[in-house]
Amino acid sequence: MNLMTISNLTHWFSGLRAVTDFNLSLKKGELVAIIGPNGAGKTTIFNLITGVYRPTSGQINFEGKELVGLPTNQIITSGIARTFQNIRLFKELSVLDNIRIAQYASVCYSPLEAIFHLPGFHKEEEKIRLRSMELLQIFDLEDQAYTISKNLPYGQQRRLEIARALATQPKLLLLDEPAAGMNPAEVEHLIELIQMIRKQFQLTILLIEHQMRVVMGIAERIKVVDFGQTIAEGTPIEIQKNPRVIEAYLGEEESK
Amino acid sequence: MDVPVSVKVPLAVKFWTRWCMKFLLCIIFALTYILPKTGIINPYIDMVLIYIGINIILTISLNLVNGYMGEFSVGHAGFMALGAYTASLLSVWVIPDSLNPYLFPFTVVIGGVIAGVFALIVAFPSFRTRGDYLAIVTLAFNMIIKSAIENIDGIGGPRGFMGMDKMTNLPWTFVWVCITIFLARNFIFSNLGRGVLSLREDETAAGLLSVNTRQVKVLTFVFSAFLAGIAGALYAHELQYIYPKGFTIAKSTDMLVMVYLGGIGSIGGSVMGAVVYTIVLEALRSILQFAGISQEWRQVFAPLMLIFLMIYRPKGIMGMREFPFLIPEAERFQKISLNPFSKKNRNRKKSEEVKS
Repeated sequence: MNLMTISNLTHWFSGLRAVTDFNLSLKKGELVAIIGPNGAGKTTIFNLITGVYRPTSGQINFEGKELVGLPTNQIITSGIARTFQNIRLFKELSVLDNIRIAQYASVCYSPLEAIFHLPGFHKEEEKIRLRSMELLQIFDLEDQAYTISKNLPYGQQRRLEIARALATQPKLLLLDEPAAGMNPAEVEHLIELIQMIRKQFQLTILLIEHQMRVVMGIAERIKVVDFGQTIAEGTPIEIQKNPRVIEAYLGEEESK
Repeated sequence: MDVPVSVKVPLAVKFWTRWCMKFLLCIIFALTYILPKTGIINPYIDMVLIYIGINIILTISLNLVNGYMGEFSVGHAGFMALGAYTASLLSVWVIPDSLNPYLFPFTVVIGGVIAGVFALIVAFPSFRTRGDYLAIVTLAFNMIIKSAIENIDGIGGPRGFMGMDKMTNLPWTFVWVCITIFLARNFIFSNLGRGVLSLREDETAAGLLSVNTRQVKVLTFVFSAFLAGIAGALYAHELQYIYPKGFTIAKSTDMLVMVYLGGIGSIGGSVMGAVVYTIVLEALRSILQFAGISQEWRQVFAPLMLIFLMIYRPKGIMGMREFPFLIPEAERFQKISLNPFSKKNRNRKKSEEVKS
């Protein structure tokens, strides 16, 4: 069964067509990668899925529900989470608070219960704290729970971002260049981490990545976009041989 | 998973946090009652203290929006006016004189509620976008409220409104300040409060992490206006005379100065800002008198101070920091390396178990 079906997604930035007729169907538990040169419209696709932009046309169907037009927070609570290409943690807040904010929607006390400190409040807060700490433990960040997140080293900031995305309890995780700025050792660690969370949280993952080591290592299916258009689709091995992909990445061979 | 839930806190610390604050508050409350009665505090100081209290409430109210949420409201005097007029009209026209002292808390709360209702009306259109928009809308709102009151002859128009009994005294002010601090603190250290902080940090990211940004903004703004309304109601029953000119943009500027002086994003800072600013302004009054300079120059002080603060100390006295006693217990101890999830602590616990 398809978890998400994107059909004919098109988006214009005034005169510029950023995404053209993008189609994608994700099965439950799949790991699909979107690759393409810089400016190909990959992040725009993520922004369209999560409602940051509203597509000019097209449908996004998630578990039988139409997502286009919904406000961002509703899209997230229906089970999609994402990370950012450039890390966007809440820099001045603690690691724990970063995780707890991501659970905003799952908290079930009312504002009145909170400001008068009624019993329901304390119970729920304790639950959130426990859940957050368990998550931090999985990501090996529990010792940093009270560190201000801007003080974390780069690799840990990346991990925290993924942990924070998972705190929204998603079924589908969108990773936007998770390996950006990492050294080879960190990349290996990241690959392990992605495979681990995929199993543990039973996630479907959609991945944007530049580093071929990551893409070829873990993706089951790859979609190549260039200038907003899908130019190839297939397994990693098929993609590596595809002449159009090579052309997009390396440029056209001069004809004689 | 072996997760130790409770943290061992020294008994003395526990006792201190649980009871000492409450005990201290009771003593101060008794003092606020006794001191003015016995004449140790003269009426002038009594009045200044009440103004300090009212200013604390106002500062906390504005800090929620400008400091914690990172939006910029410049029209809180409008909400204060609404609270002041609502409460005054209630106690002069509606509630019989004999019941007035007993229903005073009720009057004050109604003042706050009316301010909150108006905030809801302002919030819906103005939070569609972020940034300077709110500043412009609240500025306009402040002016509209002032002009509207000036033009309603039934409530005195530009002449103002009077006839309230002096209901606000030092003990009452103290109680309201405590309530305000309690509510604001609980608000900040709750789910909604974390949402507020996330908005200040990165609004887009907050939305993408399931925070209902619209709801957070509107609720915070309404809560803030409610507190401003309460302050207004207390103010009206202290001065016993309110007039539209008292709620102009100049009053809003005063609040801004107190917020940025005390420090954004801090309740303790708000208290300090209000205390320092009120006292300095009162001191300035006698200094100017002594030097033979016109009192008009006090008006210059607030904007000037705002400019210097923004340049030299934009975070204020306590920017983004908080006194430990203003942080709820559950949030407090974990900060001092008693994190039960920490590897160090888990290992220590294990080794202790092995020993025993």
